[in-house]
Amino acid sequence: MTTQIPDLSEQEQLRYISQQAADARVNVEIETEGMTLNLGPQHPATHGTLRIIAKLDGEQVVAAEPVMGYMHRGYEKLAEVRTYPQVTTLVNRIDWVGSFANETPFILAAEKLMEVEAPPRAQYIRTILHEMSRIANVILGIGDMGVQVGAVTPIFFAFRDREYVLNQIEAVTGGRFHPNFDRIGGLKDDLPAGWIQNTKNAMEKVRDFCDQIEELMYGNEIFQARTRGIGIIPKDVGLAYGLSGVNIRGSGVDWDVRRDNMSPGLVYDQVDWKVWTHPDGDSYSRMWVRLQEVREGTKIVDQLLDQIPSGPIMAKVPRIIKVPAGEAYVETENPLGVMGYYVVSKGDLNPYRVKIRSASFNNVSITPWLLKGVYVPDIITILGSLYFILGDIDR
Amino acid sequence: MISILSVEIPYWGQTTFRVLGGLAAVLLPAGALVYIYLFKLMSFVQSRLGPMEAGPAGSLQLLAEVGKAFQKEDIFPRKADKLVFAAAPFVVLMSTFLLILVVPFGPDAWFVNLDTGIFFALAVSSVSVIGILMAGWASASKYSLLGGLRAAGQLIAYELPLVLAVMGVVIQAGTLNMQEIVYAQAEGEIFGISGIGNPFIITQFIGFAIFLIAMQAELTQPPFDMPVAESELVSGYMTEYSGIRFLLFFIGEFATAGVFSMIASVLFLGGWWVPGLDPDSNLFNILGPAVLFGKVMLVTFLIFWFRFTYPRFREDQLQKLAWKVLIPLSLVNIVATGILKVVF
Amino acid sequence: MSDETAVDTVDEADVVAETDEVREATLASLTDEVGDGIVESHIRPNDDIWVRVSRDAWVDTGMALKSMGFGYFSFLSAIDWMPSPFGRDMDSQVDLTLNPPEDEDDDVVMETGVAGGDTRFQVFARVNDIVNNRAITLKADLPDDDLSIATWIPVYSGANWHEREAAEMFGIDFVGHPNLRNLYLPGAFEGNPMRKDFALLSRRIKPWPGIVDVEPMPGEDEEGEDA
Repeated sequence: MTTQIPDLSEQEQLRYISQQAADARVNVEIETEGMTLNLGPQHPATHGTLRIIAKLDGEQVVAAEPVMGYMHRGYEKLAEVRTYPQVTTLVNRIDWVGSFANETPFILAAEKLMEVEAPPRAQYIRTILHEMSRIANVILGIGDMGVQVGAVTPIFFAFRDREYVLNQIEAVTGGRFHPNFDRIGGLKDDLPAGWIQNTKNAMEKVRDFCDQIEELMYGNEIFQARTRGIGIIPKDVGLAYGLSGVNIRGSGVDWDVRRDNMSPGLVYDQVDWKVWTHPDGDSYSRMWVRLQEVREGTKIVDQLLDQIPSGPIMAKVPRIIKVPAGEAYVETENPLGVMGYYVVSKGDLNPYRVKIRSASFNNVSITPWLLKGVYVPDIITILGSLYFILGDIDR
Repeated sequence: MISILSVEIPYWGQTTFRVLGGLAAVLLPAGALVYIYLFKLMSFVQSRLGPMEAGPAGSLQLLAEVGKAFQKEDIFPRKADKLVFAAAPFVVLMSTFLLILVVPFGPDAWFVNLDTGIFFALAVSSVSVIGILMAGWASASKYSLLGGLRAAGQLIAYELPLVLAVMGVVIQAGTLNMQEIVYAQAEGEIFGISGIGNPFIITQFIGFAIFLIAMQAELTQPPFDMPVAESELVSGYMTEYSGIRFLLFFIGEFATAGVFSMIASVLFLGGWWVPGLDPDSNLFNILGPAVLFGKVMLVTFLIFWFRFTYPRFREDQLQKLAWKVLIPLSLVNIVATGILKVVF
Repeated sequence: MSDETAVDTVDEADVVAETDEVREATLASLTDEVGDGIVESHIRPNDDIWVRVSRDAWVDTGMALKSMGFGYFSFLSAIDWMPSPFGRDMDSQVDLTLNPPEDEDDDVVMETGVAGGDTRFQVFARVNDIVNNRAITLKADLPDDDLSIATWIPVYSGANWHEREAAEMFGIDFVGHPNLRNLYLPGAFEGNPMRKDFALLSRRIKPWPGIVDVEPMPGEDEEGEDA
């Protein structure tokens, strides 16, 4: 089932902007005294330690400045003194809700430099796990959006149904949150017995969740009133800020790394799926695209499960991994957006420099622009609809 | 309540009875609401179990929570206005206890039988606004201040539809006395058809809907919980409260839910009376409170159902709903009721 | 990807193993726009382009790329090419045995990566053309005595935070940046952590165990290669 795409025409968007401007003028005339509200670093809405200093005029935000670094762990520096296989343990903690997806681009970058390719079976399992971590992550994001706008129930549904996915990830990797399962040249282990059928059942439950949440939350008039027309990101602004993933597709940009720039080592070209976009660019459209992504993800997983070839799961790689000198950048479409690793190698055991291009860092960098002129409740809605994970900002 | 014992009770005894009765009438429904709805129904809606350890199926959890609150330190923020800060929860709770005074529980079971009962109830219900403003202002916290101001704006805005929704009932019953309103429903007839009486929900369904919505807002329950919006204002005007004072706010919230539901039941559902029975029978002095409790549970079920499923409004949307939808609608309702009253 | 082994540099056109017309054309049109600003470039066929521009041409290159359709800002950062003055002494004993340092002289020589480089610090950024699915990695050398470069904010607004991060981590001044405060580090933090001569303190205090538990490769037992 699909939802009707709402028609928020350009004119309506312009009207919204002019309304905001009119409100601002009124406030200037009255000359109310400003107030600085500090949201965070310990705040229920920031699910992490993001701090937003908002200058308020009444309940309207005059200027908002995010402050982060409360959780900066210096992974780029740490990666320089660790061997390549050890780096996956670090990068697992970047986006801790969809951990496996963090490992994929790094491993792919190392494979690119080493010029090895994982066997087909490993590629399929890798893609499945990548997609499952997307589902686990985005489900939580959808439920979390409910909490941000004040509905308590969706998050419990999200936690309940995410568990089915996490159980499957745990069954194959041994870790619910930090699998650390991807290896240069393949995967650590093969699938356990019965996993394919169990995963299909889990995907069924995820699809049920999507239908349920669509009626409970997306169909709710108050939810729509809170999110429609709020936090509109125009296409070109989103691109200049480097927004990616759902946040840019919610602004009508039809760009998905999985389809357009798939790196070797993943098999998205083997399945039939669709990139969803939404023309509005507001909070609702971002959440709506997110929901469709989960559905699409379950379809990808189902198709891949049917197609898994047999064979080895590990290519021939030396035991002590030395990566030849060179530079490589690999990006994948992660749950939160495009994540890439720029790996510079000098032929040692350790990478010489790893630049982590994390999705949320770019996604959140738009907030000073986006939060200008909104009301305090909308800060929360917009942050919830951008859906970031603090580890992905602070790295 | 006093006369059914048919013995002379000295004044101090009557006072003691009234105090104990008032405490029971406020706290027992509040406890029942918290356990049945907040703990168990909410868990059911959210596909979890809720409290299970304290007592059978967690039924003693509430006592544990109260005990926990009693043990906690009574913290005052350094810059708080201590006297006002300390008094605020009591002011909020006081309005609840004043409300219960005029609620009739049976033909003879009442605390006071004021001729202007419903007027009194609506007047004292606004006292809680003062308490919330006190809490928001005295906490010396920006979250509390925003929450308190939001609460003030919201409660004042929704006071109007609340009053106007009641007007329809008052016009139809022709009295402000709560007890008389129950009798009017018991003995009334709908367009000439008697038998089941005339619970005003049938003729005043618009009024009932408006009253429920306004009540939800007065209670600051979702979707109208902007003043305590936990995802933006942490806990609104309650942010700085801890321990026993927080507990008082908490009790105030649910006790007021219970008492408001009692008023709604009296106004629209026939109060302590059930169709088919003689309202003057002495039986109702015993049965009445139970009947009223049943109706309260029905009304509060609606309140809590909305609470669990709806996201919250934004402040401006909330005001728009009150001023642009509910108030005009209730005015139309009053006019229609008045015309029909004259015609029939 | 195994067939992409051949490295094709524009300068050394004699080892052409594979041509990539799209990327060649991109580079050609960029050269038209920027001209002398381009110092060096490198194309890995069907994969990526690296272009090294002079520091003065940094903003112009950004403008040119944006007008060419590279409207998507991916990231901006910097590299410190100086070999770590601590050498390998932060490696554990295990790693030193497994991977002995080759020659002491090697460590002194500064090597730079793809598309070359002359100085210690290099700023690099990546922009995408999401319509045609092209991407380009830009590099610019910074002279050692003047670590500054013009800001990219007028071109790509998203560069704001990336430049702040690069500024605090490498000590690079982005001229024209409106708000070059520390992004991650505390305000009073001294030093630039991502520089190679900034010691990783935890490593110094507690030695790293190194590769102590190399897990056997799956399938190794069947193939009888148990080492």
